[in-house]
Amino acid sequence: MTAAVEIRQVAKRYGALQALADVSFEIAEGEFFGLLGPNGAGKTTLISVIAGLVRADAGTVRVLGADVVADYRRARRLLGVVPQELVFDPFFSVRETLRFQSGYFGLRGNDAWIDEIMHYLDLTAKADTNMRALSGGMKRRVLVAQALVHRPRVIVLDEPTAGVDVELRQGLWQFVRRLNRDGHTIVLTTHYLEEAEQLCARIAMLKAGRVVTLDSTRNLLDTFSGLQLKLSVDRFALPVVDGVSVLASQGERFTVRLRDYVALEALLHSLREAGAEIREFELAPPDLEEVFLRVMRGGEAAEAERGALA
Amino acid sequence: MSGFPTLLYKELVRFWKVAFQTVAAPVLTALLYLVVFAHALEGRVSVYDGVSYTAFLLPGLVMMSVLQNAFANSSSSLIQSKITGNVVFLLLPPISYLEFFAAYLAAAMVRGLVVGGAVLAVTAPLVPLPLAQPAWVLGFALLGSAILGALGVIAGLWADKFDQLAAFQNFVIMPLTFLSGVFYSIHSLPAFWQALSHFNPFFYMIDGFRYGFFGRSDVSPMASLAVVATCFAALALAALALLRSGYKLRG
Ligand SMILES: Nc1ncnc2c1ncn2[C@@H]1O[C@H](COP(=O)(O)OP(=O)(O)O)[C@@H](O)[C@H]1O
Ligand SMILES: [Mg+2]
Repeated sequence: MTAAVEIRQVAKRYGALQALADVSFEIAEGEFFGLLGPNGAGKTTLISVIAGLVRADAGTVRVLGADVVADYRRARRLLGVVPQELVFDPFFSVRETLRFQSGYFGLRGNDAWIDEIMHYLDLTAKADTNMRALSGGMKRRVLVAQALVHRPRVIVLDEPTAGVDVELRQGLWQFVRRLNRDGHTIVLTTHYLEEAEQLCARIAMLKAGRVVTLDSTRNLLDTFSGLQLKLSVDRFALPVVDGVSVLASQGERFTVRLRDYVALEALLHSLREAGAEIREFELAPPDLEEVFLRVMRGGEAAEAERGALA
Repeated sequence: MSGFPTLLYKELVRFWKVAFQTVAAPVLTALLYLVVFAHALEGRVSVYDGVSYTAFLLPGLVMMSVLQNAFANSSSSLIQSKITGNVVFLLLPPISYLEFFAAYLAAAMVRGLVVGGAVLAVTAPLVPLPLAQPAWVLGFALLGSAILGALGVIAGLWADKFDQLAAFQNFVIMPLTFLSGVFYSIHSLPAFWQALSHFNPFFYMIDGFRYGFFGRSDVSPMASLAVVATCFAALALAALALLRSGYKLRG
């Protein structure tokens, strides 16, 4: 099957800065894919290359088989992009903005679909409001609507919830989930890792222009994160147990990582044997934040730590 | 279907929504020039035999309005879109660089011709003008607006800030316009300045345009047409090359 997005050995340099280096991966059709990485990692640059806004120095990108340079007309028809910057044309109302955007894609008489998008994004009441008069969150929704006017099969959202309030964020995610259920491929970058964790089935992590990790969200959480336990006991050291490593300790308080629930059982067992009394106990499930931090701290260090755990 | 008609329409709506500023204001400016210069210079500057100075001046002012407004339209629209970032809405859809250029060019020409036509219409009852060769009038108006529209695309792409665009306007467009024979016939100039004027493309646009009204000109209208058409071809090719390379639009 043709990949929704196929990225092959893409490189991009800005002067001395290597913004992207040898980036290669594929996103399957129908996927909900996350692109994570710290500021300046190259996420926006990569999206711009996919969208044809930036020309790569090397490599190729195809959207559903269409090369974004050689076959740009087809590629762009298949792709909807929500840019990171909150841009708008102050000359026009919401409806005018969407009609023009439709027209740029060569579509005429697209009003039924435009009305539907406005309805789902809660923009109907603001249809005839000038873009200038909208709040930041509403402008963001118009950007999403603009990306959808031509019913693209692949939708890329570059930090769509930055600076958007909670209620709006929830609504937006509901809508994007719906699009994904309807068969659209979704590619997302976000700073909110819980969001990525809840939404994305697969995640690539970018660091300094390189892909440092790419796996299913489930595997990432299993491999990198494990369980985290905060506990305090009536002594200054914990028994040594297989699959348990102490991340931090302060007097009788400890933060430990557990490989899995078996390790938890083993730890509790040896504490009981040692006659230790547990005073506080707080178990945190695996989270992407932890994975993210560990991946970004450096692949090798994480590997070593994993080795120690095993 | 292509995105071209929508982009052209958007560019037209953009200036028409603020027509007071983009059409009415330049018409008023041209009228002020006409009143002031005609009053100060009528009878003092010799132009063509049997043609009053005011009548001579008017086509010059009309052409000047056409040129300045064509330039202003494409250049300011482009730089605004670049600075606000909304040019991205034009870069994401499947619009070719040729369609992009054609839309900006056509909108610039329409604005130039609307303003020029309005100046003519408003002054018609006050200053009677002959119309010896209407086809030349139209041809030079079209080519002149196209040249400045293309130049506006280039300047709008090149400039990163409004100041740079203003500098281009003040140090290139204005001097070339004022030294092109809008206000005088170059035959009244000293030999050196006369020779220099022949290197100014704006001179040919205005001279050819004027020929359409009076059937008389400083140089042959065919020569002017050749110069003007060559200028347009060169600027259009330059603008297309920039757009094609993604210059300052696609990083
Ligand atoms: N047009 C540009 N000129 C120079 N450097 C740029 C440009 N665009 C991005 N960069 C640099 O490239 C790197 C990657 O940027 P970006 O892709 O925006 O990162 P992210 O979206 O992951 O935060 C950053 O260091 C940024 O400063
Ligand atoms: Mg970014």
